[in-house]
Amino acid sequence: MASVDKDMLTQFLLRMGDNTLILGHRVSEWCGHAPVLEEDIALANTALDLIGQTQLWLGYAAEVMGNGKTADDLAFLRDAWEFRNLLLVELPNGDFGQTLMRQFLFDAYQSILLPRLMKSSDQAVAEIAEKARKEVAYHVERSADTVVGLGDGTEESHTRMQAALDRLWPYVGEMFAADEVDGAMVAAGVAPDPASLREEYDALIGKVLFEATLTIPDSTFAHKGGRNGKTHSEHLGHLLTQMQWLQRAYPGATW
Amino acid sequence: MVTKAQTTPADNGTPVPSIDQVWQWLHTVPDPEIPVISLTDLGIIRDVAYEGDTLIVSVTPTYSGCPATTIINLDIETTLRSHGITNLQLRRQLSPAWTTDWLSQQGREKLERYGIAPPEPAGGPQKCPNCSSQDIEKISQFGSTPCKALWRCCMCLEPFDYFKCI
Repeated sequence: MASVDKDMLTQFLLRMGDNTLILGHRVSEWCGHAPVLEEDIALANTALDLIGQTQLWLGYAAEVMGNGKTADDLAFLRDAWEFRNLLLVELPNGDFGQTLMRQFLFDAYQSILLPRLMKSSDQAVAEIAEKARKEVAYHVERSADTVVGLGDGTEESHTRMQAALDRLWPYVGEMFAADEVDGAMVAAGVAPDPASLREEYDALIGKVLFEATLTIPDSTFAHKGGRNGKTHSEHLGHLLTQMQWLQRAYPGATW
Repeated sequence: MVTKAQTTPADNGTPVPSIDQVWQWLHTVPDPEIPVISLTDLGIIRDVAYEGDTLIVSVTPTYSGCPATTIINLDIETTLRSHGITNLQLRRQLSPAWTTDWLSQQGREKLERYGIAPPEPAGGPQKCPNCSSQDIEKISQFGSTPCKALWRCCMCLEPFDYFKCI
């Protein structure tokens, strides 16, 4: 592996782990509330996979940081400005359709990114990607199916799915906006340039959304600030108050 | 140092159980969530070897978030310690990632007898594990554990678990 700046690698790993952690938490909010039992189980399983992947990413981030912190410390003892997840994943769930649309937009991204990461010069990154990729293949199959089912469903479900796509679309561009962390990862062969994933991404979602009879908004405007931690939305803080409640109320509590 | 030898004295001269013997013991440890199959049937124990006089057992997770993983490690440790193994280390091995191809033939048969359709490369079960009808449909891509999906038989009308193929 080409030499890589430890802080840059840490940032990259936090981005990977925070995406799955925050989305995993959001999806888990559906537990016990989904429209039907099978969907409830599917959402809970998806959340479980995402949180499992988080343990791998944040576990490795903690190892690279080398200051004795653990994956749990990173998940539960950081505040909003230290998170590096995409804004997309911290948005509130909205209705079931919006949750599944967000899941699809994220799963599609992961399904393209992870196979590339399997060729990472960093063996740990490659191994985590190899593991996560198999799970994500199932996620994207299901979220794509559901987006098609609801998009090309009733008038009501179609309207809701189009509204979900319109609402979430401005959060897609952040996935592909490269900065100095990405530059360092590309130079060291750790990860691909995010911009290089866009074409394949557009082809995949274009095919599914066409089948779902949904129209991709014309706008290329992209909200940014989650991946680099500069401007998270107001929603992340609220999410953390729930996710981190136990550690905030009882600092240092252990199972 | 990896010692593959059978019942050889370890560095301190105490005889240690052979690798074959350890595998025999591991064959008896059931999966905590699907107890009809053993951990070795599931194919998640990737290696057993001595490094010096420490027994190293390499285990790979089925799914990264599977909550059974910690119980599995505990069960392996409890079993081996009950057979007198004191120097033991469990190692997590991520790569190559677990695949249902590693499920033993015996494991597949035990699953089916238990009512869980075994994984198929085609992506869905071949038949209902209860009445063998091929008239079946998928209810949900996810089931009661991360490794299973939920299907239903249109003939006997029983829902059943399908062990996902990954």
